[in-house]
Amino acid sequence: MTLTEFIFGRLDWNAIPYDPIVQLTFVAVALGGIALVGALTYFKLWGYLWNEWFTSVDHKKIGIMYMILGLVMLLRGFADAIMMRIQQAIAFNGSEGYLNAHHYDQIFTAHGVIMIFFVAMPWVTGLMNYVVPLQIGARDVSFPFLNNFSFWMTTGGAIITMISLFIGEYGQTGWLAFPPLSGIGASPYVGVDYYIWGLQVAGVGTTLSGINLLVTIIKMRAPGMTMMKMPIFTWTSLCTNVLIVASFPVLTVVLVLLSLDRYVGTNFFTNDLGGNPMMYVNLIWIWGHPEVYILILPLFGVFSEVVSTFTGKRLFGYTSMVYATVVITVLSYLVWLHHFFTMGSGASVNSFFGITTMIISIPTGAKIFNWLFTMYKGRIRFELPMMWTVAFMLTFTVGGMTGVLLAVPPADFVLHNSLFLIAHFHNVIIGGVVFGLFAAINFWWPKAFGFRLDPFWGKVSFWGWVVGYWVAFTPLYVLGLMGVTRRMRVFDDPSLQIWFQIAAVGAFIVAIGIGAFLIQIAVSIWKRDQLRDFTGDPWGGRTLEWATSSPPPDYNFAFTPVAHDVDAWHDMKARNYQRPTTGFAEIHMPRGTGAGVILSVLAVICGFALVWYIWWLAALSFIGIVGYSIYHTFDNDRDYYIPVDEVIETERKREAQLASLKA
Amino acid sequence: MKSLRFAAIASLLFLASCKAVVLSPSGDIAAQQRDLLLLSTGLMLLIIVPVMALVVFFAWKYRASNRDAEYDPDWHHSTRLELVIWSAPLLIIICLGALTWVGTHLLDPYRKLDRISADKAIEAEYTPLRVQVVSMDWKWLFIYPEYGFATVNELAAPVDRPIEFSLTSTSVMNAFYIPAMAGMIYSMPAMETKLNGVFNNEGVYDGFSSHYSGHGFSGMRFKAHALDQAGFDQWVADVRASDTALDRAEYLELEKPSEHVPPTRFGTVDADLYHAILNFCVESGKMCMDEMMALDRQGGMGIAGIMNVTALTHDKYARRGTVLGSAPVTVDAFCTVLDSQRMYGSLETEVVQPKPATPIRGHALAQPAMSLTPTFTLLSTPRGAEAL
Repeated sequence: MTLTEFIFGRLDWNAIPYDPIVQLTFVAVALGGIALVGALTYFKLWGYLWNEWFTSVDHKKIGIMYMILGLVMLLRGFADAIMMRIQQAIAFNGSEGYLNAHHYDQIFTAHGVIMIFFVAMPWVTGLMNYVVPLQIGARDVSFPFLNNFSFWMTTGGAIITMISLFIGEYGQTGWLAFPPLSGIGASPYVGVDYYIWGLQVAGVGTTLSGINLLVTIIKMRAPGMTMMKMPIFTWTSLCTNVLIVASFPVLTVVLVLLSLDRYVGTNFFTNDLGGNPMMYVNLIWIWGHPEVYILILPLFGVFSEVVSTFTGKRLFGYTSMVYATVVITVLSYLVWLHHFFTMGSGASVNSFFGITTMIISIPTGAKIFNWLFTMYKGRIRFELPMMWTVAFMLTFTVGGMTGVLLAVPPADFVLHNSLFLIAHFHNVIIGGVVFGLFAAINFWWPKAFGFRLDPFWGKVSFWGWVVGYWVAFTPLYVLGLMGVTRRMRVFDDPSLQIWFQIAAVGAFIVAIGIGAFLIQIAVSIWKRDQLRDFTGDPWGGRTLEWATSSPPPDYNFAFTPVAHDVDAWHDMKARNYQRPTTGFAEIHMPRGTGAGVILSVLAVICGFALVWYIWWLAALSFIGIVGYSIYHTFDNDRDYYIPVDEVIETERKREAQLASLKA
Repeated sequence: MKSLRFAAIASLLFLASCKAVVLSPSGDIAAQQRDLLLLSTGLMLLIIVPVMALVVFFAWKYRASNRDAEYDPDWHHSTRLELVIWSAPLLIIICLGALTWVGTHLLDPYRKLDRISADKAIEAEYTPLRVQVVSMDWKWLFIYPEYGFATVNELAAPVDRPIEFSLTSTSVMNAFYIPAMAGMIYSMPAMETKLNGVFNNEGVYDGFSSHYSGHGFSGMRFKAHALDQAGFDQWVADVRASDTALDRAEYLELEKPSEHVPPTRFGTVDADLYHAILNFCVESGKMCMDEMMALDRQGGMGIAGIMNVTALTHDKYARRGTVLGSAPVTVDAFCTVLDSQRMYGSLETEVVQPKPATPIRGHALAQPAMSLTPTFTLLSTPRGAEAL
């Protein structure tokens, strides 16, 4: 081993991609980054960011940071999507398109990984982080530091994944990295290692955040809020976090085994010497199937809240909604094999998993009916959240239907791995998760910032996404029926081209939707005074988060509210609730800490060093992680009291705000 | 309304005209899979269509500006409705579940065909056309054991004759898919899967890998020719006329990664080749996996077996070791006492007795007598073993 090899491992100048597309991106990102750093320095914002945001343990700020992370990564993941759509639209008649296999294969791998792990997961986690403590009348989550640490670990995973764009390569294996393709034999370079360490670092964050929210929901509910009086969003969050806690360790372990195969030559998933790649496929889907419910369940909760708020009606069938959620949670562990019916399991095994999959559609169907009958005899205000919800109900049912179709093994034998499958899961993920997130963002934005989002640009974004989704993915359903399968880079049959061109147009319409969303945020900030909401309850809300001011004070509630009914705030309003104006006391709060950022930076360095075989750096940073964690446990300065005067002052201002509304 | 209906019909016609092979296949298995697909869709539409219609209807009727619509903010429960919304999907799923159970068993790719097509019965005693399929980086190898020849990226079969595919792979997973004939099945290294299918109409159909397998994946396509009997006989004669032979050495050349490989024919093929590919022992002198498993079933060799391994070279990737682990190894053929004596003369060697092949039956029971037919004998001294 030469000294250079010792210092840099396998990192050398060849690691800089020669691809002009990547180089241009790098230049743009570098310039943007320099501009951003310059601006932050010029406006002296570093201290503010560090003290008020990065080190904050306030669940509201962490929730917002998760949302920002998801949005940034959405732009990356969507850029990948557009590139794939363009490649597939032009790679006909002997044309190779504009992407070589090495680049294209990284793009579809990165697209899948980023959209699931670094867009959908941060958004869902951020939403739960922001809303759940408010909905249950709590002042923060159970473990505030852990929350900050979880966020930074998720961000660390995203950073490792993003580094691969400019140094080395990303995996070319598909988003689940099935061996033997992801083994050291077929993928000897760094792509799969970036994949592994990006997900492992982020996985720590996700698992800990799952534990945190689970404990928060179990232990920190307001007095009177029994399990069957919890808001539906809290219920679905509870089930999602149960799923996270129970399934993410499986992902961690399976990736550990894969890394042992890749680093120390074990044979868990190799072709020979007793290895079994099928074991990997089973394990990863035992995590992977619950994962899709981790993503969708909280959004089912969002739709429930939105429907009952905007119909001005109590949710139809609360109890059956809860049971439906729990049934889905349990059943989601019994269906994983439907992802590989075609790998040669016996007919009875396939039938079993096919039928359990169909059974999940029963509680899901019940949920759709519940929303439907909540609309019945309601008075529906078609504000943006409600528009997203109706679009969801129409889109998602189609996705659910094609999903059940794919659960019929003989049908799956002709549709598996086809573009029909791609259309199906985008139908449920975009039609369910993404539509739900936009409903949620439009719904809770006024709570988070004290002003509404601009409805005009919101509608442009809405129509861009809805129309764009249908234009982009209906052709994929058709192509699937024409026997076209996924992950193809070039095509022989010229008659297919028109469908890919339509799909590409659809992707650009979605781009309009994304652009309009960014404009919507910018315009709303610009016009915030016109969109201002002082009531704290702009939509006629029904759950406790609407009982406090917008944005809520650091301590959320000066007095812990007491719940008497399912829709606690609606019930309080109906019984002429009076805000307490006296009797305030000082409030015990957790103190911010930089430990999360520091540990995450160390974890990113450790991951990077492991990817490049820089052993000394990996060892040092790992010791740093362990050492700093131990050091941090001796930090006893973890809390403070908000003095009573400050509470009184905050509450007085709030009182004045409300009084000015009445006047 | 009229324009809506027109749009619906037009889109259906459009779909039919665009070669939706999954909906109009040429093989009976794929046709039955298609039937099941349509039937399931129909069953689900029974509930999906009313739901979607109701969503639109309620959204329109109960809009806030419609003050004529009834508004009942406290109506949130109805036992009767709850029964309906749980039982209606349940009934559909019961039907669909029954359909699934039966359909999955009837259309199990491992199951021998019981008919040629809907209107054509099968002979009681028939021999299917056997084809051994190997997915390689990045091409398909088809071995016809019945005829003793092999092709690359070219498949042919007579119409109305059942075909039985046995599939494996050289290095990574692929899925073998001819949409016009039958559903897909994975091909996986060191494992064998089966697929039964039949072509009912003459024609040339697309076949390809439907599971991503690396950089050359897009070019992993071949044409499947469904011929009449005369045409197939002619094709067989043509392939046989090819004077290239696919022996083990040739195979190891073929195994190296290549993309967009044109159809290639081999007039003769090593009879054991498929078995050797499946068991990772194409290179001579290497122990086949099934032999190793047979040894393991008899108790294995324990620590004494370690000397029998040599550096693994069979993967076409020239698999290099992992950075921290030892170099990957493989098991050569075992050397026996006889070999040793042949090599070294009558050296004093301590011979390890093979472990008894029969299982121990429990605490109180006597161990069964030793098997009299040990299939191998081994040395305990690794001296000079490398030289072998």
